[in-house]
Amino acid sequence: MCLGVPGKVLTVDGSVATVDFFGVRRDVRLDIVDEPVEPGDYVMNHVGFAIRRIPPAEVKETLALYEQLLAAISSEDLLAADIRGEITATGEKK
Amino acid sequence: MSDAGRNAMQFRDPARAARMAALLERVVGEIGREPVSVMHVCGSHEQAIARFGLRAIFPRALEVIMGPGCPVCVTDMPEIDEAVALAEDGIRIATYGDMLRVPGTARSLADTQAAGAKVDVVYSVTQAQQLAAKLDEELVFFASGFETTAVATAAVLLGSPPPNFSILSAHKYIPPVMEIVAEMPDTRVEGFLAAGHAATITGSAIFERFVERHQIPVVVAGFEPLDILAGLAKLVELVRDRRPEVANMYPRCVTREGNRRAQEVLWKVFRPVGGRWRGIAHVPNGNLRLRDEFTRFDARRRFKIDVSRLWDYAPPSLAHSCICGDIMAGIASPSSCPLFGRQCVPDNPVGACMVSTEGTCRIWHQYGGQLDLRDKDERA
Repeated sequence: MCLGVPGKVLTVDGSVATVDFFGVRRDVRLDIVDEPVEPGDYVMNHVGFAIRRIPPAEVKETLALYEQLLAAISSEDLLAADIRGEITATGEKK
Repeated sequence: MSDAGRNAMQFRDPARAARMAALLERVVGEIGREPVSVMHVCGSHEQAIARFGLRAIFPRALEVIMGPGCPVCVTDMPEIDEAVALAEDGIRIATYGDMLRVPGTARSLADTQAAGAKVDVVYSVTQAQQLAAKLDEELVFFASGFETTAVATAAVLLGSPPPNFSILSAHKYIPPVMEIVAEMPDTRVEGFLAAGHAATITGSAIFERFVERHQIPVVVAGFEPLDILAGLAKLVELVRDRRPEVANMYPRCVTREGNRRAQEVLWKVFRPVGGRWRGIAHVPNGNLRLRDEFTRFDARRRFKIDVSRLWDYAPPSLAHSCICGDIMAGIASPSSCPLFGRQCVPDNPVGACMVSTEGTCRIWHQYGGQLDLRDKDERA
């Protein structure tokens, strides 16, 4: 639960952003993100809310863990399951 | 296939990992006694340590304990009872999947659901709110999680949730329980590894007062195997040098001040109150409850919750042998529990630590049962 999941902002519509999570597009809320975000930014998300705009210089390092974990297709992997859960926690793309 | 994937050591930068492991070994050696015990308070840290097999490269003398870092596990029986009582009164409950099988005094929510009560699993408070909007009946979101998750609950309440939506808060606040663990007479904890994303919200500054009071160092760390190794190396350095300080080893996500906006949202909606954490103790300011301004969304005020009928029941004797509390306090480990992997398994859990995917027992069971091959646990 505390892992969160990073994604790339595609569009911003008021307090909702459409975010790409490793190929899956979902809506996340921007009510509590620390800085204004715009398309192209990466954000860290938890239970459907962006909680941090990831500084551009840190994006690659941040994504690495998730790419590695998602590459493991084991359904038993708790960390990978957590990341998929976080993606599911975001809003259905409308 | 899954075994090959999860047992392999897969560092992105093996050379850096080797250097980090060597540093850890050297510093722990310089401390010159054993065990050197440090505690982390995050299910995701334990999952990463287990998944990447990090305990195999920790120095022999270093003991890394998972503390009360699983919000589902520390949800106390009376809190589960409140949700069960509401469900039995015909109120629809939505909650995170991990909460379903956590034992209450008499029953879990899963038992109640099997008996016909309306219990829905959601992945987020937003989904619960959306579900409520589609229904003509009351929906109570049974909210668990630490401050990181409570912020989302708060943000939804500050929006305009539907009138049939309310919250039964079992949200917990981590900093106060660190005080409790540090003050336990049996504690061997010499330093804390704090969870990166909780600190993204609260900021690393939140630990400064704790460090000052208890003279124990706190290091904020991320979730990459390398982040964890780097965090531990920093932590044992601070232990070695007797420097009780806060160090932020996860600057790419955590600042000293944290996310001010999220903090405002959190404290606008919630107030900290004292309450029991399962197996641990009464934790002053450890529970997050809705402020008076949000009474209309507070299931505890909206409904008359009668849990007394669940209490004329003696829990099965097996539950008395559960040592979840000692495990979360860092006094015992799963391998010193006689139930672990025998009577207590994920499909038939005795204690909450075997239920949640963030529970120490569940994680150890998932990744092979005996994670600390050095097995120093005969002491327990």
